[in-house]
Amino acid sequence: MTSPFEYAPAPESRAVVDIKPSYGLFVNGEFVDGRGTSFKTVNPATEEVLAEVAEANEADVDEAVKAARRAYTRVWSRMSGAERAKYLYRIARIIQERGRELAVLESIDNGKPIKESRDVDVPIVAAHFFYYAGWADKLKYAGFGDTPLGVAGQVIPWNFPLLMLAWKIAPALACGNTVVLKPAETTPLTALLFAEICQQADLPPGVVNIVTGAGDTGRAIVSHPDVDKVAFTGSTEVGKAIARAVAGTEKKVTLELGGKAANIVFDDAPLDQAVEGIVNGIFFNQGHVCCAGSRLLVQESVADEVMSRLKRRMATLRVGDPLDKNTDVGAINSAEQLAKIRELSEIGEAEGAERWSAPCELPANGYWFAPTVFTGVTQAHRIAREEIFGPVLSVLTFRTPSEAVEKANNTPFGLSAGVWTDKGSRILSMANKLRAGVVWANTFNKFDPTSPFGGYKESGYGREGGRHGLEAYLKGADD
Amino acid sequence: MSRIDVRKTYKLYIGGAFPRSESGRSYVVNDAKGKLLANASQASRKDARDAVVAARAAFGGWSGRTAYNRAQVVYRIAEVLEGRREQFEAEIRASEGVTAARARAAVDASVDRLVWYAGWADKITQVVGNANPVAGPYFNLSTPEPSGVIAVVAPSGPLLGLVSVVAPLIVTGNTVVVIASEDHPLPSITLGEVMATSDLPGGVVNVLTGSQAEIAPWLASHMDVNGLDLTGVTDVELASELEVAAADNLKRVRRPAPDTDWLVEPDLDRMTRFLETKTVWHPIGV
Repeated sequence: MTSPFEYAPAPESRAVVDIKPSYGLFVNGEFVDGRGTSFKTVNPATEEVLAEVAEANEADVDEAVKAARRAYTRVWSRMSGAERAKYLYRIARIIQERGRELAVLESIDNGKPIKESRDVDVPIVAAHFFYYAGWADKLKYAGFGDTPLGVAGQVIPWNFPLLMLAWKIAPALACGNTVVLKPAETTPLTALLFAEICQQADLPPGVVNIVTGAGDTGRAIVSHPDVDKVAFTGSTEVGKAIARAVAGTEKKVTLELGGKAANIVFDDAPLDQAVEGIVNGIFFNQGHVCCAGSRLLVQESVADEVMSRLKRRMATLRVGDPLDKNTDVGAINSAEQLAKIRELSEIGEAEGAERWSAPCELPANGYWFAPTVFTGVTQAHRIAREEIFGPVLSVLTFRTPSEAVEKANNTPFGLSAGVWTDKGSRILSMANKLRAGVVWANTFNKFDPTSPFGGYKESGYGREGGRHGLEAYLKGADD
Repeated sequence: MSRIDVRKTYKLYIGGAFPRSESGRSYVVNDAKGKLLANASQASRKDARDAVVAARAAFGGWSGRTAYNRAQVVYRIAEVLEGRREQFEAEIRASEGVTAARARAAVDASVDRLVWYAGWADKITQVVGNANPVAGPYFNLSTPEPSGVIAVVAPSGPLLGLVSVVAPLIVTGNTVVVIASEDHPLPSITLGEVMATSDLPGGVVNVLTGSQAEIAPWLASHMDVNGLDLTGVTDVELASELEVAAADNLKRVRRPAPDTDWLVEPDLDRMTRFLETKTVWHPIGV
């Protein structure tokens, strides 16, 4: 059926990126071979193999840590904050200059829509470096002292590969630390392009080291005895393993882990805006967002109205080619993640919740999952308790504000929450009572370099972003 | 013939009451010369869990009070302690065998520390919170909130040590289960009497006496405890095991601090270690 309102494809050109057939590790300012078994990274939208990537084994990690230690002792910790700042400003500028290239590469390797990588990820990455560059020579005013920790070992996830890199590297370098960073095994390419940017910026060798690999490489970093600081973003399960691994050591740790955020809609909320917020909350980045609004709590009196508007809106979401500028929802990042989303969705049905997916045609190749909503969900259902990390929304209802608070807080997580209401005093009272590190009121999924981000309870500890984000990379009175 | 004195029974302090250990156990506490001072309650796993339940029940009310009110209550603890200073000096001298001057210094410092922390209740938010100038039309504010229920292994100074670890936690709105000094528990329980008569709601501070090695693992692995302060743990291996257990629900952990000089004015870190930062966004528009 053709309609006069059909979209014509509007693909972003791939010509701007140059993907090499194989990539090494970035250690001490140079690309070197890894000693482990190399692995392939694929385009999740097509299953096309993009490149062969080196795996860092323990010896490689050890070399990277040694390079970072040398750079810390001989160069970076001796350099004035003002000079460190200049390097970070340079990096921020090069990211802006090569922004299109980074955005396209991110969409190819990760599967996220180009409009997100282009308009959200990359601009915030540049802004993050710009923001922390300015702190480098002002640390004494921030309230955490100005003594760096040393070598930071950083392990980041695949959902915002370059953005998570920026959240880790920018504050670490601004505070005078050097880093060994491992990108996720399914999304290593933008981190390796960032390594090239460090070269272009003439960043002293060893200040930033990028080692690729999977869990074993990550474990080698976390447990390396000469790493002073561990920063991890990823699953709660791995976060707990890291907390155990560093027990009894002097290592300082920050963990940014999973979530099961409640997005609470009261009956006086502007419903069209709320529906946009619900859609943004759970379908942004295919729901691969630790702070995703994956539990919709809607006041009973408007539940039917919200659901019908939500379904109507979901039916307009365009799912498909991440490089198409019209695309709203891209590819699921990996076959493994797709299997997990499918499994939990099937459990949702088996446990009695009602499943509805937006009618959309999914491409034949690649990893895809249609935007999906479950109604009739109870607090005991696994889809209300476990992080699905995909475009799947669980809907529960409530009658009173106190019931909403109780349900929202009934989770071991505490990363984020959303509130939609026109009543100011209710916003503030809900914001007080929700046990979550970020509360979005009449908005959702907003990020900014100046705004601290991080969780309560099993969503981890420490903050990234803002003045608060400096604390993780400076020696405190109790470190 | 001289009068026979009335001896005090030292029990636990849980939920605002002074129960014996449910296990019925007690242990001998001697003075510095090895002479019997009292039979202290030897808290069990069940007592520790009861204390966590009491602390959790008290958390909503205590953290929900105004900072001004929490300041008043903590200041009140200082007032009542000052009024009973002779009793504390005597108990400290008896249990630790220190000079009168040192016992007096410990009480002085404890009272002063409570006053110092009391004043922080309505200032810490201003010092560690801030507005964030985000690049968009949004109001954005970060403020500290208490982590929740904190389990504490107190250092050996039964009064000053205990006050120094507990005051910074409660003044910000946390509630506490504290394992008192194993060797010198008696002044800690007497401090419970001070807190019970200072308008501190029951359950905000719960004091357990007994074996650190026996009780601490149950608190470290308890899934309704949000933070673990290992200040008073001297056994390095035990500290490491407790930190591993704490990872089960990602408790915020403060590692042991064996060399702390409790007479020195503290930093903010005993408060900030068990604070969360909450950031609230709201659009700006008409």
